[in-house]
Amino acid sequence: MAFNIYDFTTLTHNIHVGLAESFSPFVATTIEWVIVGVVYLLFIAVFGLFLVYAERKVCAAFQQRLGPMRVGPWGLLQTIADFIKLLMKELIMPRKADYFLYNLAPYLVIIASFLAISVLPFAPGLQSMDFDIGVFYLTAVSSVGVIGILLAGWSSNNKYSLIGAMRSGAQILSYELSVSLSLMTMVVFAGTMQFSAIVEGQRDAWFIFSGHVPAIIAFVVFLVAGTAETNRGPFDLAEAESELVAGFHTEYSGIKFAMFFLAEYINLFIISAVAATVFLGGWMPLHFGNLESFNHVMDFIPPFIWFFGKVLFVIFIIMWFKWTFPRLRVDQILTLEWKYLLPINLVNILLMALVVLTKFHF
Amino acid sequence: MSEIKEVIINNDRLATDEYLVNMGPQHPSTHGVLRLLVKLEGEKVLNVQPHSGYIHSGIEKMCEAISYPQIIHLTDRMDYLSAHMNNEAVALCVEKALQVEVPDRVKYIRTIMDELSRLASHQLWWCVFGMDLGALTTFFYGLRDRELILDIFEETCGARMTVSYNTPGGLMADIHPNFQKRVKDYLKYFKTKLPEYDKLLSGNVILKERTEGIGYLTKEDAIEYGVTGPSGRASGFSCDVRKHVPYSAYPFVKFNEILDHRCDTYARYEVRIKEMYESISIIEQLIDNIPAGDYAVKMKGVLKLPEGEFYQRVESARGEFGVFIVSDGKKNPYRLKFRSPGFSNLFALNKMATGHKIADLVAIMSTLDLIIPDIDR
Repeated sequence: MAFNIYDFTTLTHNIHVGLAESFSPFVATTIEWVIVGVVYLLFIAVFGLFLVYAERKVCAAFQQRLGPMRVGPWGLLQTIADFIKLLMKELIMPRKADYFLYNLAPYLVIIASFLAISVLPFAPGLQSMDFDIGVFYLTAVSSVGVIGILLAGWSSNNKYSLIGAMRSGAQILSYELSVSLSLMTMVVFAGTMQFSAIVEGQRDAWFIFSGHVPAIIAFVVFLVAGTAETNRGPFDLAEAESELVAGFHTEYSGIKFAMFFLAEYINLFIISAVAATVFLGGWMPLHFGNLESFNHVMDFIPPFIWFFGKVLFVIFIIMWFKWTFPRLRVDQILTLEWKYLLPINLVNILLMALVVLTKFHF
Repeated sequence: MSEIKEVIINNDRLATDEYLVNMGPQHPSTHGVLRLLVKLEGEKVLNVQPHSGYIHSGIEKMCEAISYPQIIHLTDRMDYLSAHMNNEAVALCVEKALQVEVPDRVKYIRTIMDELSRLASHQLWWCVFGMDLGALTTFFYGLRDRELILDIFEETCGARMTVSYNTPGGLMADIHPNFQKRVKDYLKYFKTKLPEYDKLLSGNVILKERTEGIGYLTKEDAIEYGVTGPSGRASGFSCDVRKHVPYSAYPFVKFNEILDHRCDTYARYEVRIKEMYESISIIEQLIDNIPAGDYAVKMKGVLKLPEGEFYQRVESARGEFGVFIVSDGKKNPYRLKFRSPGFSNLFALNKMATGHKIADLVAIMSTLDLIIPDIDR
């Protein structure tokens, strides 16, 4: 089993062959499922904790303070301590809450995030499902989460939760359109919905460079709509702290609250990862046409570092505008989508089609 | 079931979409224990009914049992962000009743402290306003600057919030030798930081969208409800006590009364930002010219006000603050009434917020700059 940091295809292939040789196909597949599941769970838990830490540090930097510093060196263990605290907290349920739906909601939210993460290519060979309709699948499963949010708001028997959930429902359903349409713009350009093929298509130049104007418009629209879909500031109406206490998760405590919290950060990761994959080349290193030596140096950096570098860059941008902008109002948020982003998107998709037809791209 | 059927048959409107929400007494946006009974239709606010009294501490009644110099210490606890102005109102009222003329030095120092308090109060208001709109970064910018003012207070009179620096006849103590230098340094520093406030929040598109045309309060309504201070001036109601009934050192300085005729939330925002610039200019005019002399007039050990009624008003950071003392010649007042700006301002909320969204209600409430102990006393 040769371990190659640049390409995990052989590694995953060898594991598969090894399992298939020693077990029956059914058992082998089951074991593979378990391995993949555990790896994703670990990854999400660790990366989610890291993102919480990163968010606190980034926001501290914007607010001229240090952020967590006490627990561990530079406060590195702070989020772990917080998470342990959340695990040990008592689960409190409102008396008149709908028992079944109330308990179901956090799982729905987190399942949607898990489903979405499975199609993302982290590095060559590090992708658990490679559909030919990957983009379509991703937009489909990522909208399941809103059901969880609506259920949480409805079943909590709290008016703030209900208002928050309704806001969130209206917001996510609207912004879904923009997310899908801006992804569709890039699908028109790439000519495929398969994530691995989309990444492969960016070998010579990332789509944001080769698709020039329409790609940049689509990128900006995707960032705005993606932020809205993850319920993050300045679109955090659903949990608007100063208006609705904590919105749809007001009545949740302990581990169930932690699930909502974690789902928010996983969604942040997913949106950034999709932006990085579709617009910024995924794990593909930065290549410039015929600069041979430059391209060679770039190739030297392992693909998964490229991928996470790009993802963290996008996450930083999203955090940046969370900590600088005031929150929008509910009618303004819908106006922004239906009156501005959607028409821009429709025109943009046409523009992209024209670009592709006239071959006016790099 | 039959009721619903009846309603449907008679084609009446089902009253299912109006509901009541209790905002407070524990709610992140009410900055204390204020309870608002909000009637909502979806997101739309139909009616706001403020219920106060959750932090009522009976200050006015307590004042009847204690002597005048002691009353000053209770006024700190009302509007804790304009503690100095509240102190001064009582001190001025007692001085007026006893016909004591305080030295110019006292007047100058009082005015400087007034304006420093106003700056600190407006800074905190700015932080909290941003936070209510969801821009959390403002909070730390404002507090960073306010902290330095509190340091100056601490050095001058030993306390950061409840200063109790005034006393009938003057001040508790003279200013610290560093006072002038520190204030000047601070102004120099803050003049570079105040434009940052504008950069971070004032010009922001989202802020303008959120605030312009929202929470309209006409001049007539402002006068009817008695909305004073920056909130009243944003409705074009010229109500600056410093200008109309000058006290302390305000007659000696040149400053503008900031008026705005747009009457909306953004106007109230801008009036306060501009007032900070005015406060800086007032302090700058006074700080180098503090006359030498005593920091207090020698007063009797036990102050007895002559029989009669006395009223003194000052401009606190939230509006007109008044002290009404009825004396029967004893060492404590027969009856004492505070006219607190927050109380009048709060009850204009219903007028302003009706018809807007929940988010606007929070923004409007924030621009009124409510301090709950000031309302409940």
